[in-house]
Amino acid sequence: MTNPISDIEESDTILVTGSNTTEGHPVISSYIKRAVEFGEAKLIVIDPRKIPLTRFATLWLRQNLGTDVAWVNGMMHVIIKENLYDKTYVETRTEGFEELKETVQRYTPEYVSKITGIPPDDLVKAARMYAEADSASIFYCMGITQHTTGTDNVKSLANLAMLCGNIGIPGGGVNPLRGQNNVQGACDLGGLPNVFTGYQPVGDPAVRERMAGAWGVSSLPESTGLTLTEMVNKAGGSIKALYIIGENPLVSDPDLNHAERAFANLDFLVVQDIFLTETARIADVVLPSTSYAEKSGTFTNTERKVQMVRKAINPPGQAREDWEILCDLSSRMGYPMEYRDCKMIMEEIASVTPSYGGINYTRLEKEGLHWPCPTVEHPGTPRLHVDKIVRGLGMFHAIEYHPPSEIPDKEYPLYLTTGRVLYHFHTGTMTMQSDGLNDLAPECFVEISLQDAQDYNVDDGDLLKVSSRRGEIRAKARISDQAVRGTIFIPFHFAKAAANKLTNAALDPIAKIPEYKVCAIRIEKLWVQGEDR
Amino acid sequence: MDSKDKIIINGSKFSFRPGETILQVAERNGIEVPTLCYIKGSMPTGACRMCMVEVKGARNLLPSCATPAVQNMVVETESERVIKSRWINIELLISSGHHNCLTCEANGDCRLQELAYRYQVETIRFPESPAIYPIETSNALIIRDFSRCILCGRCIQACNEVQVNNAISYGYRGTASKIVAVGDLPLDESDCVFCGECVQACPVGALIEKPSRFKGRPWEVKKVQTTCPYCGVGCQIDLHVKDNEVIRVTGTEDATPNLASTCIKGRFGYDFINHSERLTSPLIKENGKFKEVPWDEALSFVADRLGDIKSKHGPDSIGVFCSAKITNEENYLAQKFARAAIGTNNVDHCARL
Repeated sequence: MTNPISDIEESDTILVTGSNTTEGHPVISSYIKRAVEFGEAKLIVIDPRKIPLTRFATLWLRQNLGTDVAWVNGMMHVIIKENLYDKTYVETRTEGFEELKETVQRYTPEYVSKITGIPPDDLVKAARMYAEADSASIFYCMGITQHTTGTDNVKSLANLAMLCGNIGIPGGGVNPLRGQNNVQGACDLGGLPNVFTGYQPVGDPAVRERMAGAWGVSSLPESTGLTLTEMVNKAGGSIKALYIIGENPLVSDPDLNHAERAFANLDFLVVQDIFLTETARIADVVLPSTSYAEKSGTFTNTERKVQMVRKAINPPGQAREDWEILCDLSSRMGYPMEYRDCKMIMEEIASVTPSYGGINYTRLEKEGLHWPCPTVEHPGTPRLHVDKIVRGLGMFHAIEYHPPSEIPDKEYPLYLTTGRVLYHFHTGTMTMQSDGLNDLAPECFVEISLQDAQDYNVDDGDLLKVSSRRGEIRAKARISDQAVRGTIFIPFHFAKAAANKLTNAALDPIAKIPEYKVCAIRIEKLWVQGEDR
Repeated sequence: MDSKDKIIINGSKFSFRPGETILQVAERNGIEVPTLCYIKGSMPTGACRMCMVEVKGARNLLPSCATPAVQNMVVETESERVIKSRWINIELLISSGHHNCLTCEANGDCRLQELAYRYQVETIRFPESPAIYPIETSNALIIRDFSRCILCGRCIQACNEVQVNNAISYGYRGTASKIVAVGDLPLDESDCVFCGECVQACPVGALIEKPSRFKGRPWEVKKVQTTCPYCGVGCQIDLHVKDNEVIRVTGTEDATPNLASTCIKGRFGYDFINHSERLTSPLIKENGKFKEVPWDEALSFVADRLGDIKSKHGPDSIGVFCSAKITNEENYLAQKFARAAIGTNNVDHCARL
């Protein structure tokens, strides 16, 4: 997030898109709901489902799946045409405006309506509501990023925010909501194939030399590595061995049938986890590690705030902390790694990572710190791009709309989109151990609109077979007014009816993120609710 | 504060900002006025009458949570009249239901118990009111014991003003009053999403986390503040630990970003920690079956196999998935391991999944 969570209550207009906030990030949703209910904020929700947050929204715009670039361009078209944009900000803080203006010229509300299904009047209203606010914030989640146009979608939202001068001000910003406790930290600390810690590129010889010096090796690999999805695709080919820590790709990967075959072709698979997950079961070696309650260290949250994790109990049996396992293994492989404790590791992180340079445990014990925090005197940076955009001038990207990789046709006539439910987390490794949570969300379901249910003669609770070009699953129908005709929603948590057997592994060309949010399916009724099977 | 607006509390002069209540001025200056229904940041309801204070010139005692400070106001927070009023108030609250502390989960963490002790309320002159609503135990997470409910309304404010889930409100009238979900349905059939904000807000034992029942007394547990392991909000939570087991989770009071709120996963999704199916030993697969082995054997085996593959196919034939679930320090070591020990940039995690 460019802005801290506490900024939410300072926004005049809040735009939420591609985030089912009340279920994915409930505590942040409370901030948004409070801003609307007890403050003056207006809320615009742009989402293909009538998610619970729409109850609090001034406007709900329903776009067809995968058409986000079009509606954002449409909003910018209206804002430029009606002279609602922040001219001073555009002139002094940005570049590339003329190209943007030219591109969005074609995106009239009527043209956008044909692509997105959003009524032209609603688009105009939303554009005005966003542009006329003194401060307007944008919140998005995987509904924006998990597309073959994910990078374009994010850049488009940044365009919109810059156009109205909403970057670098309280209550503004472009704010991605990170889905996992430490996904921000995993990225910050170099858990990506193209960068070291603090996003220092592996392709930069000076960076490589500095890191090699700090790590006491003569050289470091210079070519960008493979992404997770690429490694899975090449498993058994150029990739012979995988070492997997705390992940369960055999439920979370797209096109699971393909992923399962790929994993089977590996020469060697090591899984380090706290449970015998679906992925651990097919491993050659399984190493027992510790849960968050049994370890110390830090997580970095969605607002870039580094916070302490404190050990509360001892691990079960012989389970060991992940960092100890890695040190031991690395030493056995001829590269000794020796640390007394996590504090010592953080000291090394601070010494090689400019944005974490001023972060240490003594400071964190009192209160978390937002990076960038370059020195021990620096108070941290809750809000990015104040006074000046970090890169200098904010770059507008003129972007054209491209349709999703797969759209419904005669054979697979319905759209499928996937996501989370409130009661479970990702592949369920943690939440499905709690009876209370399982009672509330015991199994997978197929969320379907009343109109589609009537078309297919489906009743609530009927067992459906859902198929795509890649696989099929069986789950019960749930007729819901959250669903819109023509679009089915299935949560991806449940291994027994894994939605990712259906999803499309087509990738965004830059971010390499799979298009989980759009694919084409068909449904068939197998059993009627209550019948013996 | 250099405001010209002054108020006198217990003989001392304090400045105040326009709109501040007597309670806020008192708290800011370290004067403790006992409260029951008051929730910081929410609209004061004045429901419990515990924070009553004596204001010179006023005919009746006034609720300090709902009375704005006024220029030259003279306030007594512990006068004889105030104490007598609190005394009767506590007696009435205790007689209003089944306030027996023997096996109550709130024992040791109960506002009513604290106040009875503070004001030395030893005998109750009024008969105990019979329970008119049965305990609700139908869901697996929250027990609602209406016989212990003092109708302070903190739970309603927690639900409607803090979480804004709007799942509960007051129902019925007079002595039949009750905190109800929509249509007075049990919570598991209502709009409740089981965030448990109401349980944490309950000052007595009327709302209890069912999984924590009979697991340990407040004074037997060690509380450890940490960061929630679920989504990226980074809520600060307290793990309540007894005998190496996490028996309860609450939101850390006054800590950002969540200010004591959690969702259902953060508060109730902790069973996995002490689960019997946790992995406890390294495993090596032999003939399709896992065999428990010592660490030494497991790690040597992994080091040898990875070493073989590296020498045969090169470092880029190996990939490392680090994780969005492990710590920063561990992710740092995982990528260092991939880059410096193995020699590949094939390191990634599920950021995109």
